[in-house]
Amino acid sequence: MAKLNMVQALTLAMDQEMERDPAVVLLGEDIGPDEGVFRVTAGLWQKYGDERVIDTPLAESAIVGTSIGMAFAGLRPVGEIQFSGFSMLMVAQLEAYASRTRSRTFGRWTAPIVIRMPYGGGVRAMEHHSESREATFAHFPGVKVVIPSSPRNARALLAAAIRDDDPVVFMEPKRSYRAFKEEVPDEPELIPIGRAQVVQEGADLTVISWGAMMRPTLEAVEMVQLERGASIEVIDLLTLAPLDHTTFVESVKKTGRCVVVQEAPRNLGIASEVIALLNEGAFFHLEAPIRRVTNYDVITPYFGRELMYIPSVGRIKRGIEETLDT
Amino acid sequence: MPQKEILQFSVSRLEILDAEGNLDADLDPRLPDEKLLALYRGMKVGRAADARMLNLQRQGRIGTFAPCTGQEAVSCAAALAMSENDWFVGAFRELGGRLMRNEPFWQYLVYHNGFEEGNAGHESGRTLPFSVIVAAQTLHAAGVAYAMKYKNEKAAVVVFFGDGATSEGDFHEALNFASVYKLPVVFVCQNNGWAISIPREKQTNSRSLAQKALAYDIPTVQIDGNDALAVYREVRRAIERGYEGQGPSFIEAETYRLLMHTTADDPRKYRTDDEVECAWKNCPLVRFKRYLEDRGIWNDEREAALDESIKQEIDEQVRIFESRRDFKNDALFDNVYSTRHAIIEEQRAMFHENLTLERHNG
Repeated sequence: MAKLNMVQALTLAMDQEMERDPAVVLLGEDIGPDEGVFRVTAGLWQKYGDERVIDTPLAESAIVGTSIGMAFAGLRPVGEIQFSGFSMLMVAQLEAYASRTRSRTFGRWTAPIVIRMPYGGGVRAMEHHSESREATFAHFPGVKVVIPSSPRNARALLAAAIRDDDPVVFMEPKRSYRAFKEEVPDEPELIPIGRAQVVQEGADLTVISWGAMMRPTLEAVEMVQLERGASIEVIDLLTLAPLDHTTFVESVKKTGRCVVVQEAPRNLGIASEVIALLNEGAFFHLEAPIRRVTNYDVITPYFGRELMYIPSVGRIKRGIEETLDT
Repeated sequence: MPQKEILQFSVSRLEILDAEGNLDADLDPRLPDEKLLALYRGMKVGRAADARMLNLQRQGRIGTFAPCTGQEAVSCAAALAMSENDWFVGAFRELGGRLMRNEPFWQYLVYHNGFEEGNAGHESGRTLPFSVIVAAQTLHAAGVAYAMKYKNEKAAVVVFFGDGATSEGDFHEALNFASVYKLPVVFVCQNNGWAISIPREKQTNSRSLAQKALAYDIPTVQIDGNDALAVYREVRRAIERGYEGQGPSFIEAETYRLLMHTTADDPRKYRTDDEVECAWKNCPLVRFKRYLEDRGIWNDEREAALDESIKQEIDEQVRIFESRRDFKNDALFDNVYSTRHAIIEEQRAMFHENLTLERHNG
C-alpha cells in the first residue's frame, strides 16, 4: 500500500501492465523524456526505452491509426492524446475503424487499443483544454468509455482497460490528477469495465455522477446529510459506455428520487441517457422528477468564467434539496 | 524500356544578415530607413511584450501562454512585408507580428486572462484570431486564399505554423489544396527546433522542412529565420508571386524557441542549458541592431529612447487591460447561434438564478 495521487496511480497501472505483458506499448506526444505534459508516463521511458514508450510526431490521427494497426498485429497499444481538445483530430480513425472492426469482420479482427486523454475544466487551462466530450465517444457503438474518479479506481480501471479486448477511450479528470491522495495496493488490482460503483448506500435519494464531478458531489451530499439527516445513495458510473443501468435502476427503484451531475453541456449528455434508462426501468418507483445538474449548452468558457458554468457544490446541493422537497 | 530519372529537386538556403551583423549586400532587400526602424521597433515591442506577459503570468495576473522570445524576426518581418489587404493567419507564437498588424496588446492580455472578449472587436480585419489546434489554420489559409482568388482581390494569405505542424494531416491537405488551385498562400514554417519536448530531428526524418513543399510542387526555400532581412525578402517575393497568380510558396524559417513551450512547460527536462545559451547568441534583435548601427541610423541614445517609449506603450496597454473588468458573466449565451433560441435562453435564466443563489449562499 502506498498513498498515491491519480497521476502516480495511472503510472503504476501502466508500469505493471508493461511488466506483465510485453505486447503493451505506449505512444503519444512528449511521453518519453518529458514524461507527458502531466507526467503520467514518469519513469517509463527510462525503464522500457524508445521501443515501448514511443514519442510520436505531432499527429493525433496517427497515434490512433497506428495504434489500430499495432493491435491488428498483436500489440496492446496505449495511446495518449495530450489534451482531449485535440482528440477530435483522431475521431475518423476511432469511428471508422476502431469502433467497427469487430462488427464488420464478425470478430476476425479486433482493435484492443486504449486511448488515454486528460479532460475537463477547472484548472485555468488554455482554449480547447477544458472540454468534457465523453458523450461524443460514448455515441460510437463498439467504443468503451471509462472515466475514473480517484487514484485507486484510476489504477484498477486503466489496468482493466489495457487488458480489455475492445477499444477503450480512457478519459482522465485532470482536475483530480493531483487533488488528493489515496491508498493504492501494491498488487495489481482490476475493476471490471462496464460496472458502476455504489460509493455509499442510502434510502432517500440517489445521486449519480462520474469523473471530476464526484468530489463536489460527495461534498454536497455530505452537507445535505448533515443539515437534513437525509440518507443519500451515491453512484459513480466509472464506465460511461456501456452503461451499467442495472446498478442505478435498482438504486432508484429503492430511493424513488434521483439527481444526475454532469460536467459536460446539458444537451445529449450521459445524464440524458441515464435519465432515459431510469424512465424505462424505474418510472413507477419515482417520487419526483429526476433532476440533472450540468454545464450549459455553450462552448466551454475560457478559464475566466469557467467556474460559473461548471456545476459547483452549491448547485449540486440545491439540486439534491429540490429533489428531496418535491 | 529503361528506368530513367524523370525529376530532380533541390532545396536552397538563404541568409542575408548573419549572427554577427555581416550583410550580403547583393541579397539585401534595400529597405528604406523608416521601414528598417519600424521593423526593429516591432521586434523590440514583441520582445518587451513577451517579457511583460511572463511577468504577469508569474504574478497570476494572466494564465498560461506561449512565449515568442527569439522568434520575433519571423512574424515581424513578415508583417512588414504584408499590405493591409493581405491576410495574417497565425497560430499562437506570432506576438510581434500581430502587434505590428495593429492588434491591441491589451486584447491579447484579455484572451490570455481567460476571456473570449480578447478575440473580439479589434480593427485589423484581416488578422485571424489565435489557432491553438496545431496546423488547423493552414487549411483556413487555403480557404481564405481561394476566396480572394474567387473575388479577384489582389491579396495574399500569410500563414504561420511550427515545425511540429508539418506532421499533422491538415498541413499536407492545405499544401495540396493550395497547390492544386494555385492559391496565393505563403506558408511560413517557424521551425524553432522544438515541438514541446520533441526536437526537430525526431519530428521528421526529412533533411529539411522546406522539402516537404516539393512533394506538392510548391516553390520552397529554407532561410535563417532570425535574419529579418531574409524573412522580409522571401515573404515579399512570395506575396508578389501570389498576386501574379503563380500560386503558393513555402518558407522554412529556422529560428529557436528561447523560452518554454508554454508557461506550464519546463524545458530543462529535455534540452540543455548550453544549447539555449548558444541560441541566445543568434538572437534576431542583436544582429539587427548592429546592422542599423553600421548604417549609421542607430546609437545608444536612440536605443534608450526607444526602450522608454516601448515601456510606456506597454504600461498603457496593461493599464487598459487591467481596467477592463466589465465582462458579462452570461456572455457565452449571446453567441451560441446567430439568433436567440428558447432553450438557450431558458438556460441563461437558469444560469443567472444559479449565480444569484451562489452569491446568497456564499
